[in-house]
Amino acid sequence: MADSLTIRRVSASPDAFIPISALRSGGPTYAKLVDIGACIGCKGCEVACKEWNDLGVEPTANFGSYQSHRDLSPKTWLLMRFNEVEVDGNLNWLIKKDACLHCEDPGCLFSCPAPGAIVQYTNGIVDFNQESCIGCQYCVTGCPFDIPRFDASTRKVSKCNMCVDRVEAGLEPACVKTCPTNAISWGSKHDMLALADQKVETLQSRGYANAAVYNPAGVGGTHMMYVVPHGDRLADYSLPSDPTASPAPMTGLMFMKRLGAWMMGFGVLGALVHFLRYGPERLDEHGDHRDHGDGPAREAPSARLGGHDGHGDGPARQAPSA
Amino acid sequence: MDISRRTFIKAAAGGAVGVSALGFDLRPAQAAVRQLKIRNATEYRTVCPYCAVGCGTIAYVHGSGGLNTRNTVIHVEGDPDSPINGGTLCPKGASQMELAISPRLRHQPLLRRAGAADWEEVDWDTAMDWFARKFKDSRDASFRERDDAGRVVNRADGIAWVGSATVSNEDAYLITKTMRAMGLVYIDHQARI
Repeated sequence: MADSLTIRRVSASPDAFIPISALRSGGPTYAKLVDIGACIGCKGCEVACKEWNDLGVEPTANFGSYQSHRDLSPKTWLLMRFNEVEVDGNLNWLIKKDACLHCEDPGCLFSCPAPGAIVQYTNGIVDFNQESCIGCQYCVTGCPFDIPRFDASTRKVSKCNMCVDRVEAGLEPACVKTCPTNAISWGSKHDMLALADQKVETLQSRGYANAAVYNPAGVGGTHMMYVVPHGDRLADYSLPSDPTASPAPMTGLMFMKRLGAWMMGFGVLGALVHFLRYGPERLDEHGDHRDHGDGPAREAPSARLGGHDGHGDGPARQAPSA
Repeated sequence: MDISRRTFIKAAAGGAVGVSALGFDLRPAQAAVRQLKIRNATEYRTVCPYCAVGCGTIAYVHGSGGLNTRNTVIHVEGDPDSPINGGTLCPKGASQMELAISPRLRHQPLLRRAGAADWEEVDWDTAMDWFARKFKDSRDASFRERDDAGRVVNRADGIAWVGSATVSNEDAYLITKTMRAMGLVYIDHQARI
């Protein structure tokens, strides 16, 4: 693995097993800034996403909207949602670039029980590793933005990976590069936050008093942020107003795993101590337990070679002598 | 009381299996990041063939260009050094690789004869002959040597030529020269329609 992809978090894995590279500080933290005020809805980003990631064509049908597909899918990681909303008596497209927001605190990763299936790099990208995915779809439930999509044929979940292969090579994601109106920007999270403030200021000076940055604190901020001209209408952009993600499932799972491992360890240890202290159980020549040899002998229900049930407390069973 | 070597190994193996079954995967946690698919491709700087803007693009190609090799386009994206588009591409431009690799691409000219309802696939010679015949007939029928005032004009009013943003500079030059020589006045371009 390339050094520029330092791992920050791994799903369902205790921190102790994150490799030593996690000790490094990790390099830049990237963010994508989507200025919805500058988007003309050309869907170039959708095409570039499909082209780069070799996602293939999904036939579409007109359903009365300029939107291409009805919903995200395992083969459509990015969808421009054309929300038609009346604002001040005028029809507006409150467009949403619907794709993974790459949360700082990713709900998908926290809820994933498959070790290594979801990885968060220190550069901010949350990536799915389909080889480790067990298809349980907990991430679909755990995502506050409803982004991951389950493929019934491969039984794997997939979503936008922020073109992690490009980012690793020093390139911007495909959607960012192709955007003809500069509505999508790419850079360090710090720079993008500053740019977002500028864009909001510009929008406000042009009469969009409620223009705002969408970088929700409930998930620790996101690595795809939006500048929305109508910040008071987040629901119309199909953006949740207060998304949250809690690491409780992951820490709970970790606790249960540790508990289970300790119990297993103690069980093995206990058996070993018992073995060392009392030694193996010995039978006399009649197949009876030596210490309880006075009980009434009973026919064994089935022929078991050297059979005894391991508990020395029951009545001794008749067993064929070897 | 004595533990045989065999028993000890059994117990140790059982313990290890038990621990890893409970999720303690000792392999280093790694995600399989797909390798950059253009990493060993040859870059060819070219121009988007679709509209008149002329966005600069980079075509990423596999193949050495050797005599026995047919090169394959694997990816096309905007050329960040182009002053026209700075690396950006519209949805049509972003999909332009299909123009080279799409299985739905036609490699034969199609001809719909007069009165026919369907297109038929013809070879290039047939198409060129058909085209030349039509061109000559139209030109002969509509050619005017002099206009109403008696001035020499030598123009073929019955034919128009619509160029395309897909044609290169050199193609455009040849088209203009040839068509002007034929007497065409109505020469226009897709981007103005």
